[in-house]
Amino acid sequence: MENTENIEQEALKEADAAKDSGALYEVKMKFLGRAGKVTALLKNMRAVAAEERPAFGKKINDLRERLEAKFSSLEEKLKKREMQEKLSTEEIDVTMPGRRQQSGGLHPVTIVKDRLVELFSGMGFEVFEGPEIEDQYYNFTALNTPEDHPARDMQDTFYLSEEFLLRTQTSAGQIRVMQSQKPPIKIVSPGRVFRSDDDATHSPMFHQMEGLVVDKGITLADLYGMLDEFAKAMFSKDVKTRLRPSYFPFTEPSVEVDVSCFSCGGKGCALCKGTGWIEVLGAGMVNRKVLQNCNIDPDEYSGFAFGLGLERIAMLKYGVNNIKLFTENDVRFLEQFRDERR
Amino acid sequence: MLLPLSWLKEYVDVDIPREALKEKLFSCGFEVEEMKDLGEKVSGVYVGKIEKCEKHPDADRLTICTVDLGALGKRQICTAATNVFEGAKVPCALDGATVLKEGGVQRIKTGKLRGALSEGMMCSGEELGITDDFYEGAEVDGILILDETEKVGEDVKKVVGIDDTVFDIAVTANRPDCQSIYGLAREVAAALKKPLKPLDTSFTREKTDVKIPVEVKETKLCPLYVGSYVKDVKIGKSPRLIRRRLALMGLRSVSNIVDITNYVLLEVGQPMHAFDRNFLRGDKIVVRCAEEGEKITTLDEKEFSLHKDNLLICDGERPVAIAGVMGGLNSEIKGDTKEVFFEAACFARDSVRKTSRRLGQRSDSSARFEKGVYEIFAYQGMARALHLVQALGCGTPTSFLTVSDPRGSFESPCIAQKKIQTTYQKIEALLGMKVPEAEANDILKRLGFELLAGKKGELCVAVPAWREDVEDFPDLAEEIVRMYGYEHLRPTFLENARVTRGGFSDSQKEERKLKTLLREQGFFEALNYSFYSPKDFDLLRLDKDAPERKAIKILNPIGEDLSVLRTFLAPSMLANIVRNQRRGNMDGKLFEIANVYLADELPIKARPREGRTLCMGLWGEGDFFDLKGALEAAFEAFKLRLNFRKGERTYLHPGMTAEIYLGEKKIGCLGRLHPELEEALALERQAYLCEVDLTLPYKKFQTEIVYTPLPKFESVRRDLAFVADEKVTCAEAEACILRAVKAVKKAELFDVYRDKKLGAGKKSMAFRLTFAPSETADKLLSPETVDGFFKKIVEALQRDLGAELR
Repeated sequence: MENTENIEQEALKEADAAKDSGALYEVKMKFLGRAGKVTALLKNMRAVAAEERPAFGKKINDLRERLEAKFSSLEEKLKKREMQEKLSTEEIDVTMPGRRQQSGGLHPVTIVKDRLVELFSGMGFEVFEGPEIEDQYYNFTALNTPEDHPARDMQDTFYLSEEFLLRTQTSAGQIRVMQSQKPPIKIVSPGRVFRSDDDATHSPMFHQMEGLVVDKGITLADLYGMLDEFAKAMFSKDVKTRLRPSYFPFTEPSVEVDVSCFSCGGKGCALCKGTGWIEVLGAGMVNRKVLQNCNIDPDEYSGFAFGLGLERIAMLKYGVNNIKLFTENDVRFLEQFRDERR
Repeated sequence: MLLPLSWLKEYVDVDIPREALKEKLFSCGFEVEEMKDLGEKVSGVYVGKIEKCEKHPDADRLTICTVDLGALGKRQICTAATNVFEGAKVPCALDGATVLKEGGVQRIKTGKLRGALSEGMMCSGEELGITDDFYEGAEVDGILILDETEKVGEDVKKVVGIDDTVFDIAVTANRPDCQSIYGLAREVAAALKKPLKPLDTSFTREKTDVKIPVEVKETKLCPLYVGSYVKDVKIGKSPRLIRRRLALMGLRSVSNIVDITNYVLLEVGQPMHAFDRNFLRGDKIVVRCAEEGEKITTLDEKEFSLHKDNLLICDGERPVAIAGVMGGLNSEIKGDTKEVFFEAACFARDSVRKTSRRLGQRSDSSARFEKGVYEIFAYQGMARALHLVQALGCGTPTSFLTVSDPRGSFESPCIAQKKIQTTYQKIEALLGMKVPEAEANDILKRLGFELLAGKKGELCVAVPAWREDVEDFPDLAEEIVRMYGYEHLRPTFLENARVTRGGFSDSQKEERKLKTLLREQGFFEALNYSFYSPKDFDLLRLDKDAPERKAIKILNPIGEDLSVLRTFLAPSMLANIVRNQRRGNMDGKLFEIANVYLADELPIKARPREGRTLCMGLWGEGDFFDLKGALEAAFEAFKLRLNFRKGERTYLHPGMTAEIYLGEKKIGCLGRLHPELEEALALERQAYLCEVDLTLPYKKFQTEIVYTPLPKFESVRRDLAFVADEKVTCAEAEACILRAVKAVKKAELFDVYRDKKLGAGKKSMAFRLTFAPSETADKLLSPETVDGFFKKIVEALQRDLGAELR
């Protein structure tokens, strides 16, 4: 039978020699495992004289405890070292790009439309979308555009037949709303419109948004107030609004609405062509004949209407200098609006 | 409309700077688009009198002149021009002066020419930027020799008439009365609160026996025709004032009589025509429509074959003018014309426009008629023309002055006068602002309205004949507010209106959500025209009778490329993909939601259907399943599950195309672009397209969320891999598994694997199965139960699909 001292010496030596926690475990098993040398000593208890057994037992248990303590301290040390080694090999370059689920984006015209609709729906406007194919009545006649008006000419309007055409203005929707609803009416009507125009600043298809309010006692000053509110929300709080006379067959009086240049603050720059003002929309008090055409008594009710070009607003707002960019769908262009989510 | 300041000043005493005038015009509704300072580039040029001319001692071609500039002293100036002489008065650009040179500006400095001192330069007409119409002799080769009467030392800009400003004014379509110098002068006078000097229309007439009766057969197209006979005509040059004014407006002087017609067009806004009476056969005028194919040669020597709707001015035998467009060559004013028949008429604007467009013949006259000419202008114009004839001494107006309107005569025209009776209160209520009554009255008076007596608070006016646009009190309100000034208006916020409930309709909300979902899937929203080329149908190799070819044609398209309305969106999306790849954008994901336009019959008789459609495109990174997954994810957010079955499209890969079903209804397709098309379009990267008709989905979209109780017991996951024939589809295997055991809540394919070891035509499919206890179960699924399920599934796969467990 081996001497406990020898076994201890051997175990300590081998334990110290163990290079990693795996090797240490093997050494541990060799001595303390089920078939280990220390365990074997206990199994040989029978060969020890009965009176010596308690002392022998204790001796072996002490040995086992000492060895276990030794092993666990060594194990802790080795594991610590191993963890450190592992950590040192696992170092990453924290400056490498992060991984993400990249979202897409909405079209800038949609973004502008949504913002406007949100603004106006907060003021009690409903959204109405009329058909893109209209007839002469809704697009012209009911809007007080006389038969011989140049706007009806083939030069400006895309005709599909004698009667049907691609709407040239979202104002066509006005009539549909006024014919189907009774005042108070407050709607905005965004959508595609079409004009037979194709050059650097004109596109044969673009987007407008029409606004219409009809109720008792609506005034031009109310129109001014509403559009002032719009300009401040859309461009900046400091923007000033001004009205100037204009002409549309379906409004009287008619006005153009300018906002003070938000790029230069009104001093004059390239954006406002040195004038300090930017034209943003056309508007006016609904023509009495238009109300009559929709069976609304113009002596009882009055209203205002305004129409703005969404591409134009988007161009002004984002500094886009060419209307064609909106229909080219170049992803590098569209990506620039990815994060516009307000 | 061009407006030279000098011409305006003939009628209004403008005493404010031009910038201020521009502002004033702008605020009352006339935007000045351009303000051109004629003599902007010319400065420091004065009238000098050549006292002495000597040959340059060292240069044969140069002459040394001593010039007297009056108060400015004397200068020695060398010139190479050969038309100078002692005693001549010439424009002299002194040291520091600027003149024009080849489109730019030249600065003049004192210097030496071949050793001789030259303290400036004598100028040609070109260097001052003028033609003969500004100053006689301006177009000669050499120095401009000024009239002997010009004052020495005077600023030449004033002398030759370039100390002037021309405003280019945008006139709105409702104001044809302002398509003239006098009309604009009236507005300026009203805006500046200055008197408007009257237009001189006085003339005397000599008795004549000549009669040239006018018969108007188309009174709708020609409501008024005023004609007059002028005798003793002496054709010659117009005086400088008229020639210069025509030049300022961009017209060349022709002869006194022709210049008068143009002058009246500009000043009064009435197009006029002068016929040589000797060439009017039968001494009569007939206004009628052309016969189909009838011919006329116009003044510019172009021959036209006419149509039935072209209105003509004819003599007793033949056409002598296309009404409102251009006169005929056969009756034009020539150098020896002795008698003239003047025409001042009103022609319907759409008739002139249509004729002008159809014949492709435009003139200043047709452009003016298209904007609308009122009857009052015909009377005014004729009177002004006859006044000028007499004033210029180029003819004698006669007693023959005819008017086609049987209800009136030249002396007492019959023009209906509109009256408006309203109240100040109504105007205030429309504007939301009170304009003092006296102020409102004054504004209307200044604009030519006549104030009539009315009760207290009433506003009664007679509308001037040149304001046919004014019909009701809102028009008066506009006149008042634009002159009073919009700056007086204070914004209010719907003080009287009732509260309304705003917002999107359900379908609008759904569309917004759908767009947001697609964006979250990494797609960018695209926007395309609603029309494209019919050639796109060929590009996509659609069958001859494919329904997509039944596209509505635009009758007047810009070009073939934009000539048919979209019946499906894929061609636009494909064009987007091609453009992106050509620009080096090698990966991308796009979607578009737009209408397609579907007609029951062509050409359309009823309103076509507009169908909301979704189109998606993906190229570069990603494949069929990325596109499919994005679409499914978007629809699942509305609680709709799409089904996919193998399908085909002429433009998609035959092995990679699916029909998309919602329930039993086919609503779209998805697939890879046909490799032959990829090749034909030189696409470097594979492209995938998907198109879905949203009509049915929009009806079925569910957005309400209803909570389902959480399961009491957790579910169990097991993976199952089996070998099956290549032709077994994922959908079949999934259906088989779900059918076999009810407890399977989900069976998701996560791997497909092919290997020689599996055998030819075989593949291994791996599914992740999720088992869940039934809702009424009271305990967890035991491993033994799941084992049993597993066995049942394997048996079913074997039985139904011939699959073997791996």
